[in-house]
Amino acid sequence: MNPIKERRIKQDWLFPLVNTIFLILLMFITLYPVINTVAYSFNDGIDALRGNIGLWPRKFSLESYKSILSDKSVFMAAWISASKTVLITLLNLFWTSMLAYALSRKEFVFRKLFTVIMVLTMYVNAGLIPNYLLISKTLNLRNTYLVYIIPSMFSCFNMIVIRTYISNLPDALIESARIDGAGDFRIFWQIIFPLCKPVLATVALFVAVGSWNSWFDTYLYNGQKKDLYSLQYILKMKLATTQQSANAAKTTAEAISTLGLTTPITIRCAITVIAAVPIIIVYPFLQKYFVTGIALGSVKE
Amino acid sequence: MDSIAIQKENNSGGPKKASFGKKLSRQWQLVLMSVPMICYVLLFNYGPMWGWITAFQDYKPKLGISGSKFVGWKNFIWLFKRADFLQSIRNTLGMSVINLVFGTVTAILLAILLNEVRHTGFKRFVQTITYLPHFLSMVIVVGMAQNVFASNGPINQMLLNLKLIKEPIFFLGEGSMFWWLVGVINVWKEVGWNTIIYIAAMTAIDPTLYEAAVIDGAGRFNRIRYVTLPGIKSTFVILLIMNIGRLMEAGFELQYLLSSPLTIDWAQTIDIFVLKYGISKQQYGVATAAGMFKSIVAIILLFGANTIAKKLDESTLI
Repeated sequence: MNPIKERRIKQDWLFPLVNTIFLILLMFITLYPVINTVAYSFNDGIDALRGNIGLWPRKFSLESYKSILSDKSVFMAAWISASKTVLITLLNLFWTSMLAYALSRKEFVFRKLFTVIMVLTMYVNAGLIPNYLLISKTLNLRNTYLVYIIPSMFSCFNMIVIRTYISNLPDALIESARIDGAGDFRIFWQIIFPLCKPVLATVALFVAVGSWNSWFDTYLYNGQKKDLYSLQYILKMKLATTQQSANAAKTTAEAISTLGLTTPITIRCAITVIAAVPIIIVYPFLQKYFVTGIALGSVKE
Repeated sequence: MDSIAIQKENNSGGPKKASFGKKLSRQWQLVLMSVPMICYVLLFNYGPMWGWITAFQDYKPKLGISGSKFVGWKNFIWLFKRADFLQSIRNTLGMSVINLVFGTVTAILLAILLNEVRHTGFKRFVQTITYLPHFLSMVIVVGMAQNVFASNGPINQMLLNLKLIKEPIFFLGEGSMFWWLVGVINVWKEVGWNTIIYIAAMTAIDPTLYEAAVIDGAGRFNRIRYVTLPGIKSTFVILLIMNIGRLMEAGFELQYLLSSPLTIDWAQTIDIFVLKYGISKQQYGVATAAGMFKSIVAIILLFGANTIAKKLDESTLI
């Protein structure tokens, strides 16, 4: 460190101190609702109705988790959510990166035309109802598992991010492979795809999180099909019921009398924890990737 | 399709170029790689635009687009006579502006504070923690908000303990508070995430600029003011343009999940209006018209913002 910097650090200690305290406070505010939810999920159901639970359960109980684990519909929903997340991520990565490769080739005759077709979709959206009519009426995908997969197989924004990444790779790699007689399929699979690991990790994270977190597709297309509910949709329905019972019951006693041993609020919190855990585990490991991914996305066009 | 491509080739072409057909036959693998997803996008992104016709129809699902009666601008006129549609426009724009201002200011502020942290481990740790809410689904976030803002929840408790209020505030049931609640929740969820782009811009600032500023006797605040802020100006402008283009997207999930009959007058955005009339009430024509209105205004906003930015001689989007 040079002497100028040294002097600067010695000169002001107040700002770094205040800054550190502020950032710690910010982390506390960020984490408080999360820890609060975990505390609720481990609390006794009736006791939780009194509210006022902070960062630790007041009356510890595993009842909520027990009742969820005995509920087949939650298991089923977790399976639906997990399987669609994996399938969508794999398909999306494959199709998106393949098109990104083709559109990154400067010699490709349709490059400009196809790029325009793609970029325009990011600005013009037909809207909810026309999309709904296409998927439910024209393609007849309502009440099927495929409605989760097919409309989410490709994403234009991610394609552009990957294309930018490929464009920044040295051209010599591709040219030398071509001189050796490799076709585009081989170049893509054996050279480009492995080199794109960092950007593919970012895109995979975005796609997987988006799919895992979605409930609206279930609401729109599979609301009548109980065995196709996703975890988030079950959570959404619990949210509606706790809201209703909270509004309906004026007193705690009244709420207790209308509800069973484990009340929806603790159950809801327990499902919340189950739905959030996979994401909380995965995202810190991908942090170094997604930061570069976002920077790439921002320089699109 | 072909003629456009040929033209492009000719325009950019050098003295002796292989013919289009020859090129195409050599590039059959690239064509095979791109055509499936082009067809996919034509079907799923451009296909539904055909459905915009229903905005001018008295659309009946049984009759389909070809069989339904055309009614001209009737759906649009009907919309603009409805108080709740005008309300949804107001709510959409109101919440968008709050989100835009809150979101931008807090992100820049936090990015500056993080940029001043010397200890990289601590900085990384704060970033990891503040990114977390971005990855949580809106359903989860609204559930947490219900706990935190409940009348017997921690915020009310804190305000009561500090003797700032005598009665608990019913945050979730007050229409007048809804916009601000949405603003606060959005900041909580996205502030860390939104700093990424600003921090990336700050790392790109030439360190010698800071050293020069120190030699010139600039203190910390002057360095932030004269080096850091100018360094992120172009990023700020680009994001501002993008966000102005998204003003019609106030968000849908948060408002939909957080609202109740008590707050719906302030919570209903255009998207929720479309959902209510299109899916629940099956008035497809009206709902499509509302969605189409939204899309067109969004495009106008985007190009308008872009033109202004071009005039200002800043970096532009498209």
